[in-house]
Amino acid sequence: MTNLENLQKICPQVRRDIIRMVYFAQSGHPGGSLGCTEFLTALYFHVMKHDRAFNMTGRNEDMFFLSNGHISPVWYSVLSRSGYFPIKEMGTFRKMNSRLQGHPATHEGLPGIRVASGSLGQGLSVAIGAALAKRLNKDPQLVYVLTGDGELQEGQVWEAAMFAAHHKVDNLIATVDWNGQQIDGPNEQVISLGDLHAKWSAFGWHVLEMNGNKLDEVLSTLETAKQATGKGKPIVILMHTVMGYGVDFMEGDHNWHGVAPSQEQARKALDQLEETLGDFPYTETI
Amino acid sequence: MLSRYQSTGKKATRDGFGDALYELGQQHPDVVALSADLSGSLKMQKFIKEFPDRFFQVGVAEANMMGIAAGLATSGKIPFTTTFANFSTGRVYDQIRQSIAYSHKNVKICASHAGLTLGEDGATHQILEDLGMIKMLPGFVVINPCDYNQTKAAMHAIVKYHGPVYLRFGRPSWPIFMPEDEPFEIGKAIVMQPGTDVTVIATGHMVWYALQAVQQLETQGISAELINIHTIKPLDEEAIVTSVQKTGCVVTAEEHQRNGGLGESVAGVLGRQFPAFVEMVAVNDSFGESGNPTELLDKYGLGVADIVKAIQTVLQRKKSAGIHQPANGQPLAAKS
Repeated sequence: MTNLENLQKICPQVRRDIIRMVYFAQSGHPGGSLGCTEFLTALYFHVMKHDRAFNMTGRNEDMFFLSNGHISPVWYSVLSRSGYFPIKEMGTFRKMNSRLQGHPATHEGLPGIRVASGSLGQGLSVAIGAALAKRLNKDPQLVYVLTGDGELQEGQVWEAAMFAAHHKVDNLIATVDWNGQQIDGPNEQVISLGDLHAKWSAFGWHVLEMNGNKLDEVLSTLETAKQATGKGKPIVILMHTVMGYGVDFMEGDHNWHGVAPSQEQARKALDQLEETLGDFPYTETI
Repeated sequence: MLSRYQSTGKKATRDGFGDALYELGQQHPDVVALSADLSGSLKMQKFIKEFPDRFFQVGVAEANMMGIAAGLATSGKIPFTTTFANFSTGRVYDQIRQSIAYSHKNVKICASHAGLTLGEDGATHQILEDLGMIKMLPGFVVINPCDYNQTKAAMHAIVKYHGPVYLRFGRPSWPIFMPEDEPFEIGKAIVMQPGTDVTVIATGHMVWYALQAVQQLETQGISAELINIHTIKPLDEEAIVTSVQKTGCVVTAEEHQRNGGLGESVAGVLGRQFPAFVEMVAVNDSFGESGNPTELLDKYGLGVADIVKAIQTVLQRKKSAGIHQPANGQPLAAKS
């Protein structure tokens, strides 16, 4: 099986995990999670060098930070499926006494999480700190960070963008999930993001773009990004995705940012997603 | 009896920070420092010159600085963030809360120019709410040293402690009165002078004023126990309760709002464990203003005379209530 075929087999299972976690919790954020499935699957199952025997410092590993913490379901799925914690633990998502908090946290000791996120705009700064530490440690591995697009309305992101260019943080690959939607509606109606390519470029970043829902394009763009590291500029990938991708009635609809499906909707969604690796066990069926 | 605590000169607490940072840089290769365009004000030149690779100029972007510090700490570094106390707290409260406190990162937030003694720059910069904000964050250690030597001692203690710390110090040149060899333990109060009539608990610059006040009253036959409480959180509850069991009344002194300050913490401990009369020398729900640091302390009720008055008031309250001087460890009892 080629890498691409292997990853293509994982993606529908990750999407099933997202739907089932959010359905069983009757809360959570399916839209952005579904849209970022290819990206996170590619990172954890192909691109990053990482160790499921989790080490907080990430020394000599690639590190990933999720700044838009509300898409925790997709992250929990890939972490679990790549061996950081038992698959059955996904059934505890957003429940009392769980390590799988609504938004990612270190507090309960979930392997794979290095900082809490959820309050937006902070992850890029944290990732820059980790990248600076790698530079001091002469650690050649990279730091990856994902942000949302609505999140770019937070001023701290642009503080971080200015810093990374000035300090030539070139062991960092940031990705923006540009699905054009946020809670209150399309970005263009809430607060226009304008020409993001020109903005990041003007801030001194090496800018790439890709279709985040095409696995082959995700893999090739991430490879291009890796090749561009170490050249004095931080790298950002503007990742065009469709919110809710893979579930036809959720696609492109901002109303699926942060609501759980009904039983009927969950069934309809799961009908569209092949169970390739086995669902996580749970006391109820859908 | 000559006190162990005599002024031996004057220096700012921020100088203690800068000098200690340099020493820590020499002793601990993982110590790194960040500044939001105020490295001169925080006396960081020696560290920057000696360890240029371990210093990060962040520019006027405090939120980003807190996030970067969290990332550095994640990777095993010991980051010291530096700017004024005003920009170290309220401006970046959510970044501290999520990326540092909730994530339990080993970040040392070093906050200078706290309180009224910042002086002429005025109320925009004179934060009087920072201790309250940070002490509310679960797991945070909050330290407010009183002079140059204690600031240095605090720095050497916090580098060895793993977890988030808020270290608050100030701008003005201030008497140095803590001996260099005075032990410093996080969360452990220092009884500077034993006494039996009243307990005086002071923090930061106000410890020096409290010492003056206590020595003045000694000449009038009032025996005050003076406690230097450099650590606001975790508070040395045992030292406070033990002292008040002896004296039956307390005066607190701090360069901070009364709401949310040390006095409230002390009153809370006593309310739970040993109710007693408390007077608080603190800013009373007010912003500061431009002016000379010590004149501002006087204007806002934080002068030596204000501490003396508060001690007299609390002694009078105790007397009016007809409360016996409690024997050691015995609960207070009203005269029948």
